[in-house]
Amino acid sequence: MAQTATETQRAPAAADGAVVAATDLTRRYGQGDTAVDALRGVSLQVRRGELAAVMGPSGSGKSTLMHILAGLDRATSGEVYVDGTAVGRLNDTELTRLRRKHIGFVFQFFNLLPMLTAEENIVLPLSIAGRKPDKQWLATLIGKVGLADRRTHRPAELSGGQQQRVAIARALVSQPTVVFADEPTGNLDSATSEDILRLMRDSVDTFGQTTVMVTHDPRAAAIADRILFLADGLIVRELPRSDPADVLAVMNELNAR
Amino acid sequence: MIQVALRGLAGRKLRSALTALAIVLGVAMISGTFILTDTINKGFTTIFTESYKNTSAVITARSTISSSNSGAALTGGFPASVLDQVQRLPDVAAAAGSITDTAKLVRRNGSTFTTHGAPAIAVSYQPHEERFNPLVLVAGSFPTSSSEVAIDKASADKEHYKPGDTIRVIARGPERVFTVSGIVKFGTVSSIGAATIAVFDLQTAQQLFNKVGKFDAVRVATKGNVPESKLAAEIRPLLPPTAQVRTAEAQVKQETKDVGFVGVIQKILLGFGGVALFVGAFVIFNTISITVAQRMRELATLRTIGASRRQVMLSVLGEALIVGALGALTGLFLGFGLAVGLDKLMAAIGIDLPKSATVFATRTVVVSLIVGIAITLLSALRPALRATRVPPIAAVREGADLPPGRLAFLGPPLKAIVAAAGIALLLYGFFVHGISVTQRLVAMGVGALLLFVGVALISAWLVPPLASVLGWPATKIGGSAGSLARANSIRNPGRTASTAAALMIGIALVTAVAALASGIRNTVHDTLRSTFVADYAVTSPDGFTPFAPASEKALAHVPGVIAVSGERVGDGEAFGKTVQVSGVNGDVAKVIHMDWAQGSNTTPAQLGANGAILEKTYAKNRDVGIGDPFTLQTPAGTKLYLVLKGTYVAPKGPPAFGSVIIPQRTFDRVYPQPTNLFEFVNMRGGVSDANTKALKAALTDFPDVKLQTQSQFRSNQAKFINQLLALLYVLLALSVIISLFGIVNTLVLTVFERTRELGMLRAVGMTRRQVRRMIRHESVITALIGAALGIGLGFFIAFLVTQALKKDGIGFAVPTVSVVVFVIAAIVAGLLAAILPARRAARLNVLEALQYE
Repeated sequence: MAQTATETQRAPAAADGAVVAATDLTRRYGQGDTAVDALRGVSLQVRRGELAAVMGPSGSGKSTLMHILAGLDRATSGEVYVDGTAVGRLNDTELTRLRRKHIGFVFQFFNLLPMLTAEENIVLPLSIAGRKPDKQWLATLIGKVGLADRRTHRPAELSGGQQQRVAIARALVSQPTVVFADEPTGNLDSATSEDILRLMRDSVDTFGQTTVMVTHDPRAAAIADRILFLADGLIVRELPRSDPADVLAVMNELNAR
Repeated sequence: MIQVALRGLAGRKLRSALTALAIVLGVAMISGTFILTDTINKGFTTIFTESYKNTSAVITARSTISSSNSGAALTGGFPASVLDQVQRLPDVAAAAGSITDTAKLVRRNGSTFTTHGAPAIAVSYQPHEERFNPLVLVAGSFPTSSSEVAIDKASADKEHYKPGDTIRVIARGPERVFTVSGIVKFGTVSSIGAATIAVFDLQTAQQLFNKVGKFDAVRVATKGNVPESKLAAEIRPLLPPTAQVRTAEAQVKQETKDVGFVGVIQKILLGFGGVALFVGAFVIFNTISITVAQRMRELATLRTIGASRRQVMLSVLGEALIVGALGALTGLFLGFGLAVGLDKLMAAIGIDLPKSATVFATRTVVVSLIVGIAITLLSALRPALRATRVPPIAAVREGADLPPGRLAFLGPPLKAIVAAAGIALLLYGFFVHGISVTQRLVAMGVGALLLFVGVALISAWLVPPLASVLGWPATKIGGSAGSLARANSIRNPGRTASTAAALMIGIALVTAVAALASGIRNTVHDTLRSTFVADYAVTSPDGFTPFAPASEKALAHVPGVIAVSGERVGDGEAFGKTVQVSGVNGDVAKVIHMDWAQGSNTTPAQLGANGAILEKTYAKNRDVGIGDPFTLQTPAGTKLYLVLKGTYVAPKGPPAFGSVIIPQRTFDRVYPQPTNLFEFVNMRGGVSDANTKALKAALTDFPDVKLQTQSQFRSNQAKFINQLLALLYVLLALSVIISLFGIVNTLVLTVFERTRELGMLRAVGMTRRQVRRMIRHESVITALIGAALGIGLGFFIAFLVTQALKKDGIGFAVPTVSVVVFVIAAIVAGLLAAILPARRAARLNVLEALQYE
C-alpha cells in the first residue's frame, strides 16, 4: 500500500526530470492581524544536474522558500517533492532518512563541529548514517575542495574560506540528490567568495551535483544555470545563466518597485 | 556519533571535569563507606575467628537473658570442673579453660584509657595451651606470675610502655601495680580500635576477677575428623545449667551478630552518600541542560546532515556515560582516602572500631560504578530528551528557542503535585501509627526527595521575587555591576532555580539538623538541670562506661560528705523483656530529683530486700500497682521476687534510671560483678575548691573515674549532642561542596554564553573589576536564593519531626546563630564559586568577544 502511494506521488515530478519540485507553496507566519505571508504561491522545478539560484531582496521569502524545499520548515499549503517524495507528509524519522540520502546543506555560517577535524567533519554525514566513506571518492573530493593538506586541522585553525570548503565537501560527500546552499558566500570576503563560487560551479559541472542556492549576491547568482527572482513571496522573474550586471539590473528593478 | 560525544567532551574539558566532580564526591562517599565498614567487619570477624583458632567447640557461661553485653562479665563464669569432664571425652584432643573479663589499663598520667564503650579486655594465659592463644607477642613474654601483665601494642605505643615497666591496672576493686611482661597484638588484625587488652596468667586472672575455681570459656579441639557438631553434642550433657556449648563456627557467628551496629553505621553513612549523589544529580542535570541549550545550533546541524533524534539523544547520553564512568571511577578510588577520613571523624567522637587490612570488595567496585553511572545517566535523561526536540532549522536561525514538549502543559500542575506528594509522604512517615520502621524510613526518604525536587521545580517561579529581594544589597554595594547581576539572575529563572536547588538541599538538611539539635539540647538541658541536683558527680572519663563501685566507699569517708549514692547498672529480664536495672541506696533522692507519683524521698531507704521502684507509665502499662509483686531475672539466672513500693514520673529527655530500680544491697547480692554508672555526692557547703580537693584526694586510687562538679557533669552529659551535630555537619558539608561545583559550572557556562554581551559591556566602558564584581554578585544572589529556600525547607522538616516527637518532649526551636552562620556560609560559598568564572569573564578580549559567534 505504502509502496503504491509513493509511486503515485512520484509520478508528476519525475515526468520531466525534475528532482526538486514545488507546487503552489504558501507560508504564513503568525495568526490574525499580525499574520505575515512569507510565500504566497510559489511553484518551481529544479532539474537534475542543474544549479539554480534563488535571488531576492531581504524579506522576499527566499530563505523561507529554501527551508521549506529542504524540509526544515513546513509549507502552510502546497507540496514539495524531492526525488519524487512528498516532503511535507514525512514524519521526523522519514525526514531524517530523506536528509541522509537526498539532501546536502551548505550554511552561511559554515556550521562545522568545532571539536572534529576537517576530514571528520566531511565524513560526518556518512558516519551518522552508519556508512563507510569510499576512500577513493573521499580523496577525490578533498582534492577537489583543495584541503588535501588540511585534513587534520580543526575548524578554528582554518580560514573562513577553508571552513566553507569543508562544509561544501561535507554536503557533497554522500552524493545527495540535491545540495541546498544558504547564502554560501554571505560570511566571506569577495576574493574568497570567488573561490567558493568557482568550487560550487565546478562541483555541478564535474559531479553533476544538483544544487539550489539562495543568495542576494549578484555575482553568486551569476554562476547559476537559472536564476529565480523572488519578491513579496512570489517568483516574479526568471533568468537563464546571466552575468552579474544583468542580475544586478533585475535586482535594482525589483527593489525599485 | 560516539566520536562526536567523545570529542565534545575533550573540547569542553573544564565543564566536563566540573560535571564529573559532582558525581565523584558522592561515589567516594559510597565507596569509602563500604571500604571502611568492610574493613571494620573484617577486623571483628578476624578477632572472633582467631579467638577460636584450632577450636572445634566452645563452652561459655550462659546468660539467661538476651543481653547486649557479653555474658561472661555479668554471669561470673561456670565451675572449672567442667574442664576435667570434657577432657575425659574420647573425641577430645585438647581443652583449655580461660577467663575473659574487664580490666582497665592506667595511663602514665594516672587516668585510664578512654575506650568510648569499646571493651577493656582482660584475658588469661596458660603457657601449655599455646594452640588456642590468638595473641601474638610483639616484645617481651607472656605473664607467668601474679605480678605480671602483658598489654596490647596500641596502648603500649600510646603511653610508651615497654617490658619491664610498671603499669597500674584496675580489675575489681582498687588498682594494682603490675610489671609489663610483654606487648601483644591480636593475630593479623591491624587495629583493635579503642579497645585495650590486659593478659594475666590464669591463676592471677581467677583471683583478680573473683573466679577462683571457675572459667568463662573452655576451648575444645577434636581428635581427627570428628565433626564439630558431634563434639558439641557430646559435651552438652556434661554441662551445668550455667554453661552452654557451641561449635566454634556458631560461636563466631553469635559474636558477629553482636556487632550488627557496624551495619547500622554503614547504612547511615550510605544515606549521606545518597544525599551527596542526589545533590550531584541536580548539578549534572543543570550542567547538561545548559550545555544542550548552548549546543542547539550544533545539534541542529547534526540533524540537517542526517542525524536522527535517537542519535542526538544518544550523543548527549554518551557524553553523560563517559562523564559518569570517569567520575565514578575517580570516586571509587577517592573512597580509600575518604574511608581514612571517615574513620578519623568517627574516632574523634569516640567511635574507634577494630580494623583489618583495608578490604576492597568486588561489591564496592560494582555498586560504586553502577550507582555513579546510573545517577549521571538519569540526570542526563531529560536534557537528552530535550535535545531531540532541537529542530533542524535551528541550524540556520539565531537564538532559536527549544519548542515546548508535548507534555509541557502538564508542567505547572505536575510540579505542584510532586511537591505535594513529597509532603504527603513525609506526613505519612512521621505521623501514621502502626507502620514498620522500614516503611517509615522509606516514606520519609522518598518524601524528602520528592519535596526537594518539587520545590526545585516550583522555585523557578520564586526566583524573580527572591532575586529582587536578595539582590537588593548587591545593587547597593555593587552599583551598576550589582544591578546587572540581579537582572542576570532573573534572566533564566529555571537555570538559577536548579543551580540554587543543589545548594538548597544541603542547607535544608543542616538547618533541619540544627533546629532539631537545639530542640533536643533544650530538652536535655532542662532535664539535666531539674534531675541531677547533686553537688558532685563521679563517672568514668567518657561519662557512660560503667565502672567498679569501690570508689563509692572511699567517697563516703571524706569529711563533709552529707550523702553518697552510687547508681548500679545492669541488665535484667522483667515483664518478658530485657531491661536496664538500677541499684540505688537510700540517699538517691537527695542527689537525683525524683518526681514521685506514689512514694516520697524516703521510699528508697525503705525498700528492704525486695522492694522496687518503677516509672509511673511503665508500671501502669504493665498493670503493676503499689504492693504488687513482679519478677526480675538476672543474666546469671537468679530470680528476684520484687514488690512495687513506689512510682515516679520520669522527665522527658535522657532518663536517670533504668526501667527497674532495686536496692543496691540486693543488686550486689545477685549481680556477681556490680558496676556503677554514676556516683553522686552532696557536701556540706556545696561545690567549693576545698571540697573538690578533698574528694579528688579520696579518688586518687581510682584512675578509672572522673570527678565533676554539678555544672561540669551537666555539660559533659550534654556533650554528645554537639559531637553528633559536628559529625552531621561534616557529613552534610560534602553535599554543600558539591552544590558549589554546580554554581561554578553554571557561571562558567553563563559567561561562555554571554561572551558577546560581555564584550559589548567592556566596549561601552565596563572595567574588568566591574565584570568580576558582576559575576560575583550573581553568584552570591544564586547562593542566597539556595540558602533562603533551604532554610525555609529545613525549618519545615524540623517542624514536622518535632511534631512527631512531641511526646518525647522535643520542641521546635529556631537556631538563630546557626541560621546566621549558614547565611554567611552561603555568601562565602557564592564568593568562592565565582572566583574562576569571574576571572574568565574579566579576561575576555573585547574585540574577540564582540566578533564571537
